[in-house]
Amino acid sequence: MKFQMLQSRMVPMPQRNIDTDQIIPARFLKTISKEGLGDNLFCDWRYDAQGKPKADFILNQPRAAGAQVLLAGDNFGCGSSREHAPWALMQFGFRALISTSFADIFRANSLKNGLLPVIVPADVHAALFDAVASDRNVEVRIDLQNQTLTTPDGRTVEFPVDSFSKHCLLEGVDEIGYTLQHQAEIAAFEARRVGSVNTTA
Amino acid sequence: MTIIEKIWDSHVVYQQPGAPALLYIDLHLIHEVTSPQAFQGLRERGLKVRRPDLTVATTDHSIPTTDRSLPIVDEIAARQVAQLEANCREFDIPLYGIHSDRQGIVHVIGPELGLTQPGMTVVCGDSHTATHGAFGALAFGIGTSEIEHVLATQCLLQRKSKTLQVRVDGALKPGVSAKDIILALIARIGIGGGTGSIIEYTGNAIRALSMEERMTVCNMTIEGGARAGLVAPDDTTFQYLHGRPHAPKGAEWDAAVARWKQLVTDADATYGRTITIDAGALEPMITFGTNPGMGIPIGAPVPEPSQVSDPGEREALQQALTYMGLEGGKPLAGHPVNVVFIGSCTNSRISDLRTAARLLAGRKVNPKVRVLVVPGSQEVKRQAIAEGLPEIFRAAGAEWREPGCSMCIAMNGDSVAAGQYSLSTSNRNFEGRQGKGARTFLASPLTAAASAITGVVTDVRTLL
Repeated sequence: MKFQMLQSRMVPMPQRNIDTDQIIPARFLKTISKEGLGDNLFCDWRYDAQGKPKADFILNQPRAAGAQVLLAGDNFGCGSSREHAPWALMQFGFRALISTSFADIFRANSLKNGLLPVIVPADVHAALFDAVASDRNVEVRIDLQNQTLTTPDGRTVEFPVDSFSKHCLLEGVDEIGYTLQHQAEIAAFEARRVGSVNTTA
Repeated sequence: MTIIEKIWDSHVVYQQPGAPALLYIDLHLIHEVTSPQAFQGLRERGLKVRRPDLTVATTDHSIPTTDRSLPIVDEIAARQVAQLEANCREFDIPLYGIHSDRQGIVHVIGPELGLTQPGMTVVCGDSHTATHGAFGALAFGIGTSEIEHVLATQCLLQRKSKTLQVRVDGALKPGVSAKDIILALIARIGIGGGTGSIIEYTGNAIRALSMEERMTVCNMTIEGGARAGLVAPDDTTFQYLHGRPHAPKGAEWDAAVARWKQLVTDADATYGRTITIDAGALEPMITFGTNPGMGIPIGAPVPEPSQVSDPGEREALQQALTYMGLEGGKPLAGHPVNVVFIGSCTNSRISDLRTAARLLAGRKVNPKVRVLVVPGSQEVKRQAIAEGLPEIFRAAGAEWREPGCSMCIAMNGDSVAAGQYSLSTSNRNFEGRQGKGARTFLASPLTAAASAITGVVTDVRTLL
């Protein structure tokens, strides 16, 4: 999915090391489709034992409705490789995530779904939490082409994105399609491989 | 060059400046939970699986560990298992399914079948794929989009990671095991400490480990944030592989060993970073919190939030202790446990079961504790039966189950009730990991067996 630019309010979740088991608990991984995961995003933090939304959990508050940016604590998305985590975040409505760091597999999974992980320095991260604490309606602007985040006080901060992922997101490039253009190179590589296993033997 | 760079370089199919490398994948392991959407993607594109002969599937995550002659009661899980069977049929992928005599946890059967070999690139839609690094393979977990990419092209688009050497020297003391090495490393670097890196485990303490112990170490690499961790192959590796169903035979074996012996880090190679661990100073480790980095030596007190200066860290610790129902400043030893789980891709191999059985032989588990022993594969189960281990477990009062992921991820009905304490040989203690509201202490099979006997968190050295 393409990503170019967005301007949005932020949903702050300052906890560090939020793992993908929290984002989408394992019991929802028995599905064979990608659909219907958004309702169970952060399920065990979001609903009580009777399945009713907890009023004090941020995703249940009006401020989360329509927000496209999740402002997350350090090392967001650690643990399990489940791509159900970015699927659930996107189905809830998020299009970008801001943190000081993201877990490797989660970050790769997010980029492949058009969910942009924006890495900012610790001081900017702290300032964003302060800004959203004093006014929940403040907005950030994320411009992928220029790799800039504009903070509520008008500061422009650059963020890193590798050039290939950026190109794929901006243009909506399909990675499998890209790789399939290189079938000749793949075949040549296969011709010189030695010591292959044969799982079908 | 490091072994990591050697394996990387020998798998680059194509690289455009500025773009990630197109990396060839030698072995792709598949299971029921993360693959259905990838196969659906192939169907929508009208693509085939490029190399079914480099792909293998099993069912492990969502299947019951009870009597396999009965149908799966959970209809959603049953549908997922049936979908994997249908996908494997449609795309000609060999499947060690629920009734196969080679079924098992994907990271147990790959090595067991001799499919995982030195110098390979191995991927699976599962973060514990790092396990296969024990053979000197570059092995890492991937998401479902990447599964589809590998199915379609047998390649992945990857950027080079940094390298991190974890050097472990010295001799482990009695009662201290491979699990304690990796729990100690994660406690030291934190759950995000290895992000962006691939680890090479070196040092004479690593060399002294068996293949199964090396798998335990590599398995939990991801819990320190690193996607892959490996051990350069040596005679221990070759001996393990020799004669396995998919290992090379005859002259091919000799040629393979000669190739594998080149897979060492050169003396003049440098790593991005090096961490050293003194094996002789390690104690049995246990986690007290809600991520695997929250670990302490078993005799040490649980950290006190008031002693932590960083506000974010203090809050995280307080939140973890609240969830766990624990107070800072007290040791865990003596804390009651309700469930003991011996299993998972970390610790369900035959040596893990032997270790637990040796301690449980002639003893009884505490009547207040439910003990579940889940072998990693049908092969492990057969070996355990041949050695009389199930009788030992049953006589002690433990449950002996069919192979699978079971209570590690608790999506198959094996779970821990809310508020209960589980002492588990698995790899994750995240909130709700073993069941909604469940509280997990991670530790070694030795600590698990000792605690099963006493009913409380126990330093195994008091029973040795």
